[in-house]
Amino acid sequence: MLNEHMQTVFDYPDALTPGVTHYCPGCTHGIIHRLIAETIDELGIREKTIGVAPVGCSVFIYNYLDTDFAEAAHGRAPAMATGIKRTLPDRIVFTYQGDGDLAAIGTAEIIHAAARGENLTVIFANNAIYGMTGGQMAPTTLPGMRTTSSPSGRDVEVQGWPLKMSELLAQMPGASYIARRSVHDPGNINKTKKAIKTAFQVQLHQAGFAMVEVLSSCPTNWNVSPKDALTFIKEQMLPYYPLGDYKIGDAIKTLV
Amino acid sequence: MAKGTITIDERRCKGCELCTTVCPKNIIHMATTFSARGYRPAILVDPNEQCTGCLLCATICPDVAITVYREIKPKATTPSTTRNT
Amino acid sequence: MTKELWKGNEALAEAALRAGLEAYFGYPITPQTELLEYLAKKMLATGRAFVQAESEVAAINMVYGAASTGARVMSSSSSPGMSLMQEGLSYIAGSQVPVVLVDIMRGGPGLGNIAPSQSDYFQLTKGGGHGDYRPIVLAPASVQEAADLMYGAFDLADKYRYIVIIAADGNIGQMMEPIEMPPQRRLEKKDRGWELTGAAGRPHRLISSIYLQSEALHQFNMHLQAKHRQIEQNEVRYEEYLLDDAEYAVVAFGSAARAAHSAVRWARAKNIRAGLFRPISLYPFPHAQLTALAQRVRALLVVEMNTGQMLEDVRLAVAERVPIQFYGVTGGLVPFADDVLPEIEKLTRLDNGAS
Ligand SMILES: Cc1ncc(C[n+]2csc(CCOP(=O)(O)OP(=O)(O)O)c2C)c(N)n1
Ligand code: SF4
Ligand code: SF4
Repeated sequence: MLNEHMQTVFDYPDALTPGVTHYCPGCTHGIIHRLIAETIDELGIREKTIGVAPVGCSVFIYNYLDTDFAEAAHGRAPAMATGIKRTLPDRIVFTYQGDGDLAAIGTAEIIHAAARGENLTVIFANNAIYGMTGGQMAPTTLPGMRTTSSPSGRDVEVQGWPLKMSELLAQMPGASYIARRSVHDPGNINKTKKAIKTAFQVQLHQAGFAMVEVLSSCPTNWNVSPKDALTFIKEQMLPYYPLGDYKIGDAIKTLV
Repeated sequence: MAKGTITIDERRCKGCELCTTVCPKNIIHMATTFSARGYRPAILVDPNEQCTGCLLCATICPDVAITVYREIKPKATTPSTTRNT
Repeated sequence: MTKELWKGNEALAEAALRAGLEAYFGYPITPQTELLEYLAKKMLATGRAFVQAESEVAAINMVYGAASTGARVMSSSSSPGMSLMQEGLSYIAGSQVPVVLVDIMRGGPGLGNIAPSQSDYFQLTKGGGHGDYRPIVLAPASVQEAADLMYGAFDLADKYRYIVIIAADGNIGQMMEPIEMPPQRRLEKKDRGWELTGAAGRPHRLISSIYLQSEALHQFNMHLQAKHRQIEQNEVRYEEYLLDDAEYAVVAFGSAARAAHSAVRWARAKNIRAGLFRPISLYPFPHAQLTALAQRVRALLVVEMNTGQMLEDVRLAVAERVPIQFYGVTGGLVPFADDVLPEIEKLTRLDNGAS
């Protein structure tokens, strides 16, 4: 029972607007949004943060985070963010992107933003599928995984191999912090939170490009319950996309 | 064990059941009634006050529907007020 | 003020700097590259935002981002690069941020060649990307005019929160002419109520081209249309040469108009009452002026460095009032005055034959 001796230990973050999201029940985009909002609150940067929204299920992130936002064309968020950051270098600029957005149509933009060492924070929600357009194969769809455009499972001989973006971007000298995390259970959610916070701190220190890849669920298009979707992340995605820090640049060793 | 409790905002809950899967005390259940948005919301059923305010349910809730409270331990020595300042 | 010798591309770049350019994003392509190189030198040295992007797709989206913060921003390219920028331009139009671009047109389709051309007319003036939008397109016929148009382009873009494209062909970009460079401007920054700067002490803002509800998107498109009507009313620019008593008018823009200008003079020497009508704004097109002109002359000749793109707009304005002939060359061929003169003479014969 709630009584006068109790205090709030978990509450709704200030940087999150009061609206209810459009996400499907159990979709972990919502968790990642909350982690970003908490980070913005804790770092006290809400008034100087500008987000860049992707095209994908998270297109409406600007309705949920109480910061200025630009809505980019599909895949171009890193380029748009570059334009914003270069003209307002003292603001905190971040992109939020899905795997189709970041690893297919926007591959060139993300690689070159990292190569230039742009002072940007990128939150990359990898759910191994195109959510918004109804469950087609993504660049990160696992081998053998069924999607509406790989109906009998992704055949790597025909459809190629999934991209491992964290491993790829870690090769860039301009990348300062590259980490892969997951939100399939509370422990991992807390670790994701810490990584997201680090990725924003990297920018506060003007230490170059930072990206957190977050393994995220899409129960609707995976055709499973929200609970089973988290199990899918744990059992199917983690082996192909191992969690960990892929790059911790010298300049930020003290931050992590 | 610390005493705690939660409130679940029925307007935010989408009935995904994830909170029920992480609660170590198994005291979050799904309502049999529907919310205004058409979901069966999660509800706390804790007659024996087992909730410890462990945060697990709130941590996993994708819709930030859960607020968690914990009992303050009245400390004899120098009261710490760091948390709520 | 004394005149200095300037190359077209560099004059465009310097005029942009003097108009208060704060950020540039581009990708090298002939025959535009000197513009990018000039700005690289000047902007990097003064700590202004300059990025050589990985593609024109990225460049235009960087421009989009910078414009969202209210910065004076531009890019420049040539035809194949402009094709790649159409995605970004559509989003920029859809979110109403002011942007200035330079297109130093070269020959197409495809890789075509690097020689001068005017074959981007359709792509630039009709919208180019998806949706019902039309950038303001200004076509200089000299280096001086290029610099002057560039100098005013940012104010124009700001005024309408829209895209302004300086469309010059490779000739204008590459030629050197003595010009008066306009003076350096000092700009005062003030918040205009829409730019992204961080939601400090105000509600958060959004720069976006999304209108999910059909009615809302329709309303937005009606707003764009109203803007177009305003632009058509206020921003039409053209030059007339010897048209007062003309019986025959040549219609040409940019480099093609230079050849037409000489041809008209030569025709006058042969007692042919010819004149030149030169659209400077390709959008808004000087539609009403051409309609009026068609009521005064016996026939028109359209000269372009393409196969007849502006010709379609001239036809729309003139309707069936008088005969319209066309002379066009492509592939980097440039119309010379002695090519155009016989075409004017043909107009007089056409006219005699008809009466
Ligand atoms: C140029 C362009 N091509 C295609 C689309 C259609 N489209 C919208 S979202 C999307 C895929 C998004 O998938 P992802 O980035 O993985 O995000 P998710 O929806 O899974 O969160 C596609 C292909 C588009 N909007 N623009
Ligand atoms: S379709 Fe998938 S990614 Fe999109 S909101 Fe639903 S669960 Fe989330
Ligand atoms: S996790 Fe949240 S949204 Fe899902 S059932 Fe529990 S309270 Fe409702």
